Amino acid sequence: MDALNNFFLIALPYVALAVFLIGSIYRYTYKGFQFSSLSSQFLEGRKLFYGSVPFHWGILFIFTGHLVAFLIPRGILAWNSQPLRLMILEISAFIFGISMLVGLINLLIRRYTTPRLRFVTNKMDFVIYMLLILQTITGLWIAYNFRWGSSWFSTLLVPYLHSIFKLQPDISAVSLLPWTVKLHIIGAFTIIGIVPFSRLIHFLVPPINYIWRPYQQVRWYWGRRKVRSPRTPWSLHRPKNN
Amino acid sequence: MDVRSQIAMVFHLDKCIGCHTCSIACKNIWTDRKGAEYMWWNNVETKPGTGYPTKWEDQEIYRGGWEKKNGKVSLKGAGKRRGLTNIFYNPNLPIIDDYYEPFTYKYLDLIESPEGDDQPTARPVSLITGKPIDIKMGPNWDDDLSGTPDFARNDPNMKNISPEEQEVMFQLEKMAFFYLPRICNHCLNPACVASCPSGAIYKRGEDGVVLINQEVCRAWRMCVTACPYKKSYYNWYTGKSEKCILCYPRIEAGLAPACMHSCVGRIRYLGVLLYDADKIESAVHGDDKDLINNQLDLILDPFDKDVIRAAKMNGVADSTIHAAQFSPVYKFVKEWGLALPLHPEFRTLPMLFYVPPLLPVMATVKKVDNKEQQEKMDPIAKKWDDNWLYDTSTKELWGTLDEIRFPLKYIASLFSAGDEEIVKDKWKKLLAVRIHRRRVTVGDVSDEKADATLADAGLTAAVADAIYALTSLPKFEERFVIPAAHREQAIEMMDFTGDTKGEAGFGIKGKVKRGI
Repeated sequence: MDALNNFFLIALPYVALAVFLIGSIYRYTYKGFQFSSLSSQFLEGRKLFYGSVPFHWGILFIFTGHLVAFLIPRGILAWNSQPLRLMILEISAFIFGISMLVGLINLLIRRYTTPRLRFVTNKMDFVIYMLLILQTITGLWIAYNFRWGSSWFSTLLVPYLHSIFKLQPDISAVSLLPWTVKLHIIGAFTIIGIVPFSRLIHFLVPPINYIWRPYQQVRWYWGRRKVRSPRTPWSLHRPKNN
Repeated sequence: MDVRSQIAMVFHLDKCIGCHTCSIACKNIWTDRKGAEYMWWNNVETKPGTGYPTKWEDQEIYRGGWEKKNGKVSLKGAGKRRGLTNIFYNPNLPIIDDYYEPFTYKYLDLIESPEGDDQPTARPVSLITGKPIDIKMGPNWDDDLSGTPDFARNDPNMKNISPEEQEVMFQLEKMAFFYLPRICNHCLNPACVASCPSGAIYKRGEDGVVLINQEVCRAWRMCVTACPYKKSYYNWYTGKSEKCILCYPRIEAGLAPACMHSCVGRIRYLGVLLYDADKIESAVHGDDKDLINNQLDLILDPFDKDVIRAAKMNGVADSTIHAAQFSPVYKFVKEWGLALPLHPEFRTLPMLFYVPPLLPVMATVKKVDNKEQQEKMDPIAKKWDDNWLYDTSTKELWGTLDEIRFPLKYIASLFSAGDEEIVKDKWKKLLAVRIHRRRVTVGDVSDEKADATLADAGLTAAVADAIYALTSLPKFEERFVIPAAHREQAIEMMDFTGDTKGEAGFGIKGKVKRGI
């Protein structure tokens, strides 16, 4: 049992994080052409709405929630100190979880019942559908059966996650948790580990820069005012704009 | 004054014969790849017609281009707020059926079918699924007005034309059409660039070509919506958007782009325009009726000493300034004022210009009494009992502008945001040149008549001769005045200058492989 716990709660996270880090940087740097969300809306533009929208907004909220709890657990606990605020957080999170599940199921059905989509679907797509559905179901299960998740996540799991990142893994508390919670942890690290090998990679490049960049973009291959000056020395480095 | 150079083009629509050679040349070089089969970076449409994709001009459907509301110009269907909130599902994205499902035929069946009672046929199969399909659409399905009731009558430019005028247009005897070749307009205010959330699309400073960086595109698909000309295409296989690259590997080497080089009717002219980038913003914000003049005001006189000095300050190469002085585009657009941008009301400041088609009336069908004629004929001769006459004698040589075969309104809705006077001005010039040349070559037009027409159009005989020469007799070097990129710079401009057939053509050295 200890060996299993050590493997899934210590070894797996480190392997997953290492693979995620190295793989993503490698793919971003050397495989730019393969870095895409691979949208299939162009081939099927109606059913996608009922899958993509609930799924993405759902996962956006849930992921942010986990991230905030990971970064500032005390903030979550302070928020949860009043029962009403706790209820608001838990119920809205549960609703977003349901929306995520509904979206995923719609996406799954759409992908495997639309003939055209078969030709832009690979095996990895099926794997990530299964992993995400499993992860969503275990998440909802935990939220329903072991209340109140947002509070005990901050006190129980965040220290574990922090210990992973501090390179001093401490699983004494986590190893006593029910197997569904462990499954959720294992699922999470598995998903992180396969990010560089799947289309999930597109979550790393959200177009946030678009918010503040000017609308029009003009690229010059040379400093256009410098280029004519004989004093400008030749550069051996290709400008990094293409 | 911020002087920049732009490679621009003129299409002389009176010369277009609608042969689609340009489309094929482009397809063969750039888009015969998986996922790009349906793309026609260059396509030729019959007007009136719905075009490709179907009804692309109707921005109530596709929500492309910019719109001016309360004095502010913003993207109609994309932009920062709309683009980011619709990123998971873009409600304004055209899907493949709006273009057509790409297809081929199972030619091998003709050879490999076993012996049987029936002649084997080559069934059409989808290039997406590989399954047999019934072809419902193609990129030029309404070519030469085929399927008129469904296509020509649904042309978005018809909405301002009264039903009576439409009936006149579609009477079989009076039916007229012309061809509209389209490529990416390489706009000065490109909507695709502005809509791209990941910042993959940019305009090149040196020559104004608008490109999509294939390594940065993340398939957010906003450019497809934003481009009002629908010239940004989504590659469904690679998950990247692609568009016309103005054959930049050829241009940099001083060669004409494939579509232009192959043009059978020699309708295309390519050259450099110098423009003032400081004025773009005010030009875009003008009223609808001022848009064309604002755009023409951006274009600078390449002989002006101040312009040349400012251009040199800005790093425009001497060869580019020299090319701008000999630019056929400058002559057509500014010097002679013959060419107009396509749909200026989209406010993207397109840098491709069209000489509107004159479509003069050369003959009419008249009702006449043929009885006298028939009585003179031999009794055993076959008698035609119709009473129509194909009458080639018009009051005026080539008729007058009022007898033109297309309602002015229609052409104005294409090229001048509805301003009929601007189009009429161009037509007058085109007609005056013809009448003047008729005087010179045939001599059956009186000098008074020809001179009066020229004066009315604001031309002199010398200018008319120059227009005639560049329209009818230009050599290749006069049609294409392209300053090659400086070799030492060209090396830097691209990763790899050896792009070949079947590649994406965006300077990618590696294999074009779909993401996982």
